[in-house]
Amino acid sequence: MHMSKDPKILAVLCKWCSYAGADLAGTSRFEYPSNIRIIQVPCSGRIDPLMIFKALIDGYDGILISGCHPGDCHYGTGNYFAQRRLAIARKLLETIGIDPKRLFFTWISAAEGKRFAEICADFHDHLLSLADSPKALAQEGIDR
Amino acid sequence: MARVGVFVCHCGINIAATVDVQKVIDAVLKLPEVKHGVEYRFMCSSPGQALIKKAIKDHQLDRIVVAACSPRMHLPTFQNALLAEGLNPYLVTMANIREQCSWVTKDRDRATAKAIDLVTRQIKRVIHHDPLDDIMVPIIKTALVIGGGIAGIQAALDIADGEQKVILLERSPSIGGRMAQLDETFPTLDCSQCILTPKMVEAAQHPNIEIRVNTEVKQVDGYVGNFKVAVERRAIYVDPSKCIGCGICQAKCPSKTAPDEFSGRISTRAAIYMPFPQAVPAIPVIDAEHCLKFTRGKCGVCEKVCPADAIDFADTPQQEILDVGAIVVATGYQEMDPAIYTEYGGMKYPDVITGLQFERLISSTGPSGGKIQRLSDGKVPQRIVFVQCVGSRDESKGHTYCSGICCMYTAKHAMIYKHHVPEGKAYVCYIDVRAPGKSYEEFIRRAIEADDVRYMRGRVAAIKKNDDHYRVFTEDTLVGRPVTIDADMIVLASAVEPNENAKTLARILGISFDADGFYSEAHPKLKPVETATVGIFLSGACQGPKDIPTSVQQGSAAASKVLSLFAKKVLYKSPQIAEIDEVSCSGCLLCLNTCHYGAIEQVTTQGKTKARAISGKCQGCGACVSVCKGKAIAFPGFNDDQLYEEITACT
Repeated sequence: MHMSKDPKILAVLCKWCSYAGADLAGTSRFEYPSNIRIIQVPCSGRIDPLMIFKALIDGYDGILISGCHPGDCHYGTGNYFAQRRLAIARKLLETIGIDPKRLFFTWISAAEGKRFAEICADFHDHLLSLADSPKALAQEGIDR
Repeated sequence: MARVGVFVCHCGINIAATVDVQKVIDAVLKLPEVKHGVEYRFMCSSPGQALIKKAIKDHQLDRIVVAACSPRMHLPTFQNALLAEGLNPYLVTMANIREQCSWVTKDRDRATAKAIDLVTRQIKRVIHHDPLDDIMVPIIKTALVIGGGIAGIQAALDIADGEQKVILLERSPSIGGRMAQLDETFPTLDCSQCILTPKMVEAAQHPNIEIRVNTEVKQVDGYVGNFKVAVERRAIYVDPSKCIGCGICQAKCPSKTAPDEFSGRISTRAAIYMPFPQAVPAIPVIDAEHCLKFTRGKCGVCEKVCPADAIDFADTPQQEILDVGAIVVATGYQEMDPAIYTEYGGMKYPDVITGLQFERLISSTGPSGGKIQRLSDGKVPQRIVFVQCVGSRDESKGHTYCSGICCMYTAKHAMIYKHHVPEGKAYVCYIDVRAPGKSYEEFIRRAIEADDVRYMRGRVAAIKKNDDHYRVFTEDTLVGRPVTIDADMIVLASAVEPNENAKTLARILGISFDADGFYSEAHPKLKPVETATVGIFLSGACQGPKDIPTSVQQGSAAASKVLSLFAKKVLYKSPQIAEIDEVSCSGCLLCLNTCHYGAIEQVTTQGKTKARAISGKCQGCGACVSVCKGKAIAFPGFNDDQLYEEITACT
């Protein structure tokens, strides 16, 4: 068993709501696990499921995706596209033998700094409870 | 190979206290692309920017990474620094090592490691950046204001005074809106029409304003600076170019049973009518639903009496396309119908009326000529109960929000009633009195102290008809006992809510609305009159419940936004938009169906179906990029290679 002691998280955040929410977490000095890397996209609708697969295979333990709350998307409907696409991505993860719980999708507004920090901490804890990371599995060549 | 310069900011101690900036520099200097790296106390300061400019020259740098605060704060600052040195502004990126690193990580080693990682990602990313040029778009310097209430009139007048053309659109037969229906206004008690009608006339006579009444928006295409708005004027059966507004038709019309919308349906009007005497334009319209010529095929009295030969029974709806550069939405509000409050009689009791109906009842131009009388028997009411928050702050039946204006207009109503009927008794049943405006609290005190209006804290449980009067069951929560009041008339402060077709218009305009149906501003604090759609602005109660002063403020604010837009010679749009490579496009058109803006069109090239992005319409969300199976859509700034580099640089 290769359980990651400090899970590495990739957070892909839309620039209008969730990235601003992450900034607010900083402005308000809400501490959260340091092993999280934030990527800014214009809209959660820009997120391609391939990005998620690639990131997981390349060594991230979990992917956090967040867009604007329903009805608040700067681009009208991008967050709904993301939601539907990621629901399918989850199923695909299961098919290829990666725990779909490694992908977490949520809505975080520009005003929810505290919530962003809490979600990061919770997701980090949650990943700790999961078994081998996809990369560890790949390295050991375990056939599932 | 790219020549990257890295600039790490201390931000005083905001970054340097938790991130070892020197270590960051040392680490990234080991990367082959990095030709120069330096730290400084405040990169955003003039000396900090000078440092970057000098380094670009001295080290022939062609890509820059600034590790500092959030790009949301200072990316434009550093883009301008590059521009000043002749380097394309899209060749700089920022590593957010303050908001997303030093401020959220206490452990110095961890924070430093994270900062090195974040900067490395930006270095790997920026190598894939290409120079981009902003897209130039022309501006049509005519504004469209939708809604001719006070918020729309104010916006139109301010834009017109700024020497720009305005088309003021109104769906009813006259401009004036809700304010024209009001009698006196709080907190000064000046006559609403007396202060409004001069503005209506000014708008009508202004050389830069064109008023279109009886007209609605049907479709909107285009983008900031270049909107195409399809409008339709409904059939009014009166030729505005001939009508002289004498009013003989209205006086002679034999069909006078149509409910009068202007009075809140407490009276009737003729089938050919002007909504109120000071209507602008002073041109009547025929309501075909109640006109005998249309319903029974005979009559035509108006046609016979019209001295100007202006009646045209053959009139049809007129469509037109308007070319405008900016749109101000000022569609106002409607009063909620309290019929769902069956405990208050469900609007079946004749003397239980709404605030707006009471407003018409006390108005000198109203159906009773300003005499306060019961609708049932014409008697002067000796006791009136004003019920607050009918539909407001009531999750069970109405809306969760506070309608904002009812506390004030109720105090005004009670006060005016007491001025008309000094021996009468006025009760106000309230939950809280909200009077935060200038001189508002004093106005409430005046109602209580000078005019002896009785305020009783508690929500009314029921209203029951009892012979010729009404029994109001409520409580006085300050004393803690149930109270019963016998009253001759009840006025319900019915909630302010969005117009029933507000959502339809929002979809036509491509703007968003909140959970209550009010239009959403781009930022609740810093962009109160902008919508998320560039070039469309909000004014007045369509954005949320508002009183007159605030609506006027917002009208002027929206106008100033339009004027600063029109002050530009051309517009520059971000070049970070979608571009489709026709060769690799398979013509599946998934992107076309994904695009929220209609910014992708279907074209046929050499007999093959292809998708093409319309740069003017594209807003740069990237939704099409992620559905493209053939990876045929480029999205500079957020291209696959750029994002993948950033994601995988340090794994």
